[in-house]
Amino acid sequence: MQLRRVAITGVGAVSPFGVGADILVESLFRGESGTVVVPELRAIKGVRSHVAALVKGVDPGVIPRKHRRSMSRMSVYAVLACREALRQSGLPAECLSGGNMGISIGSTIDSIDTFQKFFEEYLAEKSMEQMRSTIFFQMMNHSCAFNVSQALGIEGRVIAPSAACSTGCQAVGLGYEMIAFGKQDIMLCGGADEFHPLTTASFDIINAASIIYNDRPRETPRPFDRDRDGIVCAEGSGILLLESLESAKKRGAVILAEVIGFATTSNPENIADPSAASMVVCMKKALTDAEISPNEVDYVNAHATATIQGDIEESRAIHEVLGKDVPVSSLKGHLGHTMGASGSLELIATINMMNRNCVIPTLNLENPDELCKKINLTRKLEERRIKYALKNNFALGGVNSSLVLRRYENDK
Amino acid sequence: MRMTNEEIIRIINDSLIKEFELDRTKMVPEAMLYDNLELDSLDRVDMVIVLENAFKFKIREEKEIRDIRTLGDIHKFVINKIRESERIS
Repeated sequence: MQLRRVAITGVGAVSPFGVGADILVESLFRGESGTVVVPELRAIKGVRSHVAALVKGVDPGVIPRKHRRSMSRMSVYAVLACREALRQSGLPAECLSGGNMGISIGSTIDSIDTFQKFFEEYLAEKSMEQMRSTIFFQMMNHSCAFNVSQALGIEGRVIAPSAACSTGCQAVGLGYEMIAFGKQDIMLCGGADEFHPLTTASFDIINAASIIYNDRPRETPRPFDRDRDGIVCAEGSGILLLESLESAKKRGAVILAEVIGFATTSNPENIADPSAASMVVCMKKALTDAEISPNEVDYVNAHATATIQGDIEESRAIHEVLGKDVPVSSLKGHLGHTMGASGSLELIATINMMNRNCVIPTLNLENPDELCKKINLTRKLEERRIKYALKNNFALGGVNSSLVLRRYENDK
Repeated sequence: MRMTNEEIIRIINDSLIKEFELDRTKMVPEAMLYDNLELDSLDRVDMVIVLENAFKFKIREEKEIRDIRTLGDIHKFVINKIRESERIS
């Protein structure tokens, strides 16, 4: 239920394909892979996964030093993506101040690079003499969110949701609710994360990272595929600018899509094991919030990270809620798992699919797993009019999130 | 070997330019740290570390640091500090 309709009027992305939402979307439509071999991983004992999808083409120097000094890489990504979203939205500068525009941007973890830099001196020398005044700002839980606020001069609410792989989707959902309920008029929402071997190692240790394609990086990850073997860690930031439909229409903004439903739930059964039953609850609640029936959903952008169990559970859940016909695809095959950014980066792609009437297929899906096959897995670019799209993210740690988008039609 | 005042000033200016991405043309002795070089309280903290690293001395607890307002004040402070340590040794 929403008291005010919520429009998306700008998007911005920093991804393994480079800086910019256009580069992201065109690379996805072309079926490109961002996965590369990372020599640094190869050199670490105990890490079997040597692949990742890393951001390229970022010049932090475009951000003034005064703002940049408190930023780790993930904040740089978030600020660049926010700048792009703002540019696209055409929002007048005066909207940023006054407290009616807020920020909902989170990450999975804080900057491990920054922690590492600090502890290298601290542990080796038992010293903090080289500790710079701004290092703590790079470590704080809401580092991306407040850095965006500082860099862009946004004076409204600043929240920094953190829900692992659900972060980006949840951040957009929370921003949507704040606008829908009249608490803010405009929100910059999304997620950001930066790559560190710790993330790869964390998935590897629980046998959830891809390890057998180290010599063929572009062939992994393989969501829903019979031969998938786990996730590929990635990094980036995806940002959506949300505003009340009323505000967007009043200023003549181009409306890219509407957010009409959101749910976030927890799976307390197990901290690591995905659960179809829990996913079902989340998707159903999102559809209820959107006030649409399951048979109205035209496309599902799945979380599907290419773990053995996660893809099976999500397939079962989608089948139970939406049946066998709705097209389903995952973008992890192209992008890897951008962690806190995945929800929002994949939402940007989903908006583009809606507006181009075309579903991007899952990259590297060659032989669908028998246990995932009950749903309609898109394997080639497919023309389709998408009025309603459902976006899923189901996180390690148990936080689920589902968001419903609607193609913007003036008469609803 | 004893550094000349000019050498000390050059090292100070180069270190600050590198750390704070300053415009070399603004590095005149009368430049106010806050108003002209656009530094702030956080930069002031880091400036101490930069100078300590450049000259291998410890100055964080020196009271005179609080009175520094201009780039020239930094030059004088560091030169005095170095000359003082030369006298002692």
